Amino acid sequence: MSKKHYFDPEDLKKFGNIGAWQKPMADKFFAWYGEVFKEGALTEREKALIALAVAHTVQCPYCIDAYTSGCLEKGADEEQMMEAVHVAAAIRAGSSLVFSTQMMNHAGDLTM
Amino acid sequence: MSIHQRTKSLAARHSDLSDTFFQLKVLNGRALNEARFPVFSEMIKPAGFADGKIKPTRVEIFQLNAGKLCNQTCAHCHVDAGPDRKAENMSRENFERCLDILRQYDIPTVDITGGAPEMNPNFRWFVSECHKLGKHVIDRCNLTIIVSNPKYRDLPQFFAENQVEITSSLPHYSARRTDSQRGDGVFDDSIEALQLLNAVGYGREGSGLKLNLVYNPTGTFLPGNQAALEADFKQQLQRKFGIQFNNLYAITNMPISRFLDYLIEHGQYETYMQSLLDAFNPGAVAGVMCRNTISVSWDGYLYDCDFNQMLDLKVAGAGTHLSEFDLAALENRDIVLNQHCYGCTAGAGSSCGGQVVE
Repeated sequence: MSKKHYFDPEDLKKFGNIGAWQKPMADKFFAWYGEVFKEGALTEREKALIALAVAHTVQCPYCIDAYTSGCLEKGADEEQMMEAVHVAAAIRAGSSLVFSTQMMNHAGDLTM
Repeated sequence: MSIHQRTKSLAARHSDLSDTFFQLKVLNGRALNEARFPVFSEMIKPAGFADGKIKPTRVEIFQLNAGKLCNQTCAHCHVDAGPDRKAENMSRENFERCLDILRQYDIPTVDITGGAPEMNPNFRWFVSECHKLGKHVIDRCNLTIIVSNPKYRDLPQFFAENQVEITSSLPHYSARRTDSQRGDGVFDDSIEALQLLNAVGYGREGSGLKLNLVYNPTGTFLPGNQAALEADFKQQLQRKFGIQFNNLYAITNMPISRFLDYLIEHGQYETYMQSLLDAFNPGAVAGVMCRNTISVSWDGYLYDCDFNQMLDLKVAGAGTHLSEFDLAALENRDIVLNQHCYGCTAGAGSSCGGQVVE
């Protein structure tokens, strides 16, 4: 192992290098990725906010850095960015809590 | 509301960076850092400028910096303007020289900047004279000056009477983003000023009175797509404050003066320069503003742009002062280039009129 820690911020700059070991797939991925983030039915700012929220959900430090920068570049402010993270957090919390219906169902089966 | 100043001028702090030669040394990796980035004049050679030189197209904009005096001390100011800069303001004599030139030559646009140019005692007289000459006048207004003192409160009416186009800095429609760069209280005062401008017709459809906003990043990142930012600003300013405006110009922060100081203080200088280089757009070179602009300093010297002015890089190959203004020589000069020029060629390019390519 070349390093004694995970998640070196410098590694984000090497993302493009993944093509070195599988170029056709990497080319397709980056072309698709670029297309995804272009303005469409959603604005670039809205897409950057979604990406920031997802980055928090998947807890990817590279993605959090990249889309904090991306959101600011696209004109989002702190309030919008924090609201986006709350949306992600609310879905995470809700997705746990909604399973409590299964717990309640099963407990109902087991108890008098 | 009064403004809480964000910082002090480099001059007031007696910073090494108040010396323009020292700034150039930093930009060329000979002071405070050893980073050597590719030389700008080399970088443009494959972009259709094979000899590494940029020539003017035609002088269409006479941009005049009325002085460094300002009621604000913004964190990124490339002029190092502020309330303490009382000495550096254009004299009546130099304004007269400008008028003589504007009478003599067919230069259609007069673009007045500062500082807060409205604080120069000759400002209103000069604007009126330009208007009488049939020139199109642009005032780069910081907005807050309009509500800073009762004597400036009638500026919107004055602007309207002289058909002045207003181009105003508002880095964000959020108070936090704006005040973090321009000083606490600036956002609220800017909103009030925009409402006063709207009230006399500025930014309103059919009025013929143009009101533009200038967006620049409130940090060490580059501006996003200008059209998308404009759409967001229009929607949010209308929704929150009922404010309307015409165009939004997205401008890149130049790594000079107080923004250079900010970059160095925060350890971001090399990262920022690299981001400008990474975003270098050969297609933006042909549209840089120095090709159709002459920039005049408060003391009457001539420059390729306001940024060269702040680095004291005077025009080359022509007389350098208003008193020796020679349009033919100026239109044949080589524009003075240095490493800060990467700021105008990053991404979609950057100029006083916003991005330079679609």
